[in-house]
Amino acid sequence: MALLEIKDLRVKVHDKDRDKEILKGVSLIVHPGEIHAIMGPNGSGKSTLSQVLAGRETFDVTRGQVLYDGKDLLAMSPEERACNGVFLAFQYPAEIPGVNNTYFLKAAVNAVRKHRGEPELDAMDFLKLFKGKMKALQMHESLMSRPVNEGFSGGEKKRNEILQMAVLEPRLAILDETDSGLDIDALRVVAEGVNALRSPERAIVLVTHYQRLLDYIVPDHVHVLLEGRIVKSGGKELALELEKKGYAWIEQDLGRIPAEAAR
Amino acid sequence: MAETNAGIRRITEQEYKYGFVSAIETDTIPRGLSEEVIRLISAKKKEPPFMLEWRLKAYRHWLTMKEPAWQNIHYAPIDYQEMIYYAAPKSQKDRPKSLDEIDPEVRKTFDKLGIPLKEQEVLAGVAVDAVIDSVSVATTFKENLGKLGVIFCSFSEAVENHPDLVKKYLGSVVPYTDNFFATLNSAVFSDGSFAYIPKGVRCPMELSTYFRINAADTGQFERTLIVADEGSTVSYLEGCTAPKRDTNQLHAAVVELVALDNATIKYSTVQNWYPGDKDGKGGIYNFVTKRGKCAGRNSKISWTQVETGSAITWKYPSCILQGDDSTGEFYSVAVTNNRQQADTGTKMIHIGKNTKSTIISKGISAGHGQNTYRGLVKILKGATRARNYSQCDSLLMGDTCGAHTFPYMEVKNATAQVEHEATTAKIGEDQIFYCRQRGLSAEDAVNMIVNGFCKEVFRELPMEFAVEAQKLLSVSLEGSVG
Repeated sequence: MALLEIKDLRVKVHDKDRDKEILKGVSLIVHPGEIHAIMGPNGSGKSTLSQVLAGRETFDVTRGQVLYDGKDLLAMSPEERACNGVFLAFQYPAEIPGVNNTYFLKAAVNAVRKHRGEPELDAMDFLKLFKGKMKALQMHESLMSRPVNEGFSGGEKKRNEILQMAVLEPRLAILDETDSGLDIDALRVVAEGVNALRSPERAIVLVTHYQRLLDYIVPDHVHVLLEGRIVKSGGKELALELEKKGYAWIEQDLGRIPAEAAR
Repeated sequence: MAETNAGIRRITEQEYKYGFVSAIETDTIPRGLSEEVIRLISAKKKEPPFMLEWRLKAYRHWLTMKEPAWQNIHYAPIDYQEMIYYAAPKSQKDRPKSLDEIDPEVRKTFDKLGIPLKEQEVLAGVAVDAVIDSVSVATTFKENLGKLGVIFCSFSEAVENHPDLVKKYLGSVVPYTDNFFATLNSAVFSDGSFAYIPKGVRCPMELSTYFRINAADTGQFERTLIVADEGSTVSYLEGCTAPKRDTNQLHAAVVELVALDNATIKYSTVQNWYPGDKDGKGGIYNFVTKRGKCAGRNSKISWTQVETGSAITWKYPSCILQGDDSTGEFYSVAVTNNRQQADTGTKMIHIGKNTKSTIISKGISAGHGQNTYRGLVKILKGATRARNYSQCDSLLMGDTCGAHTFPYMEVKNATAQVEHEATTAKIGEDQIFYCRQRGLSAEDAVNMIVNGFCKEVFRELPMEFAVEAQKLLSVSLEGSVG
């Protein structure tokens, strides 16, 4: 059975007294063990898709259905989704002043454990769990005693997201432009973190502009999102082609713009 | 955003958890205020003539005063002749010799509030001077403190047993002419707490008072006086919860602190008087005058307050920094929810050389709550190299509440350094979503964010108080954002 099944998803956002449709019928099937990359230019609806899957309430789903493990994902609250194993690595993680990063992560882990009917971890067990993961992500320990994301550099924020993902061990991880703003070393570290999570039970959806990340995390499927629709799907070679030819190539391929303009 | 606001309403509309009335018989005097009533109060308390004189001077002065109107709060006129100015639990006539002799109803009241005296005595090492209505009903640990020469008792006992100390310090920080409500308090105060820490003594335990308004229509006029003699140190805790009421009740307390050379006083308050219902009906008017005087060199007074209750909170715990090198601190969290109003802050009066003050104020507004920070930093001519740092942060939850900041600064010495920082932020939907995406409920998310916001103040509280303060905050704001 598919882990995630999106059927004809239409989403609009209410902005300045006007409704704007952002997703115009997206369909996607993700099986356990797979990595899907969703690529597309700015404004194509990539981030909206990630946010809607995670349960952001600022968007209106006007049509379609999303099944997660056979259940109606859209009917679940954001915290229910999280507790059931849906994780979103944010493009712009929120800062929470005064809240210790370790404390936050421990609260998250215990919320998920509680939901599963598992005993909560005490401070000692928790430290053991996350210290190893931190080391793998080459994160400085001082980040863990600082307030959540406050004063973190862009790269530190992204690593913190991956650390949370590693500790929470989701079944479905959605990474929203996790590669943006990372230098090449940080990119490699983050990619290793994601690859470490790869397993037959788990699925990963990567949302990205660039092919660069896919050199390190090799996807099973690549989809091109354009103006709110998936216009092309293929294997990992599609990403390479995109990188070489640009998004205009797709548009041209679809007959939207003349060939000269694409060059 | 609509969802967010609905969530805010859900949480903020939570009922007051500590609303109950215990059936203790009370011994009250007739309604209204007159010289006769004051004489009656003084007689009931078997006070020496100097106290009666002082009360009468205050009363006569009060008659010449007008109720202030500059504050950023609104309330219906108070009828001072409708109030009852004295009430004492009946069973108090025969003072209990130990905790076991305490009126079982009184003890139940404390149990409901989660303050079993016996347990506190044994476990927490806290001496509790419990005030139910206007007379102290239980004082613990007096013996242990007595060995060190520390006096910790009800104000009435202090008047009876230590009249010289009371005479010397009463009104020395807040004179009976000070302000409308403090003057009224001076005339009619029923009881309160008194502490004296002798020279060089570090008080080994936190001194604590739990206040509780109990009889209907009874104004509470507490008076607290703490004197820390040279080189001594004391930490004092004051906590309040009040039962549910429909008529507004005035609480006009006075707290005076005196720190002599090298003495330190830390005064912590968690205030959770009944705030009124969600439409603003009922609730306590908390109009309190709190002031400390760093009279001696190198002395220090630190106020920490967590104000979650009351329909109206109107108070400025202040420091007069008279001694050279003295330090004043003010750490405050004020929460206003539903129709609650708060106009609170501090005054730091720098008189001595090298005096330092720190002000950290955190205001949280939810529902239709209005939260005002009002503070004065005054550097007098002689206060060479005085320093002040002020930080006022406001957090708004939802779009129907308000935050206001009125910082006043008067600097008359060119060598002084005064810094003021202020921020106002709306609790972020993105912060809450982030927390929920990690598995936390909306309520837990709000609690976490708000507690983070208040961290700089909470860490100033004694441990057990900090825990209580966090709990209180989550009760007062439950569901404020969803």
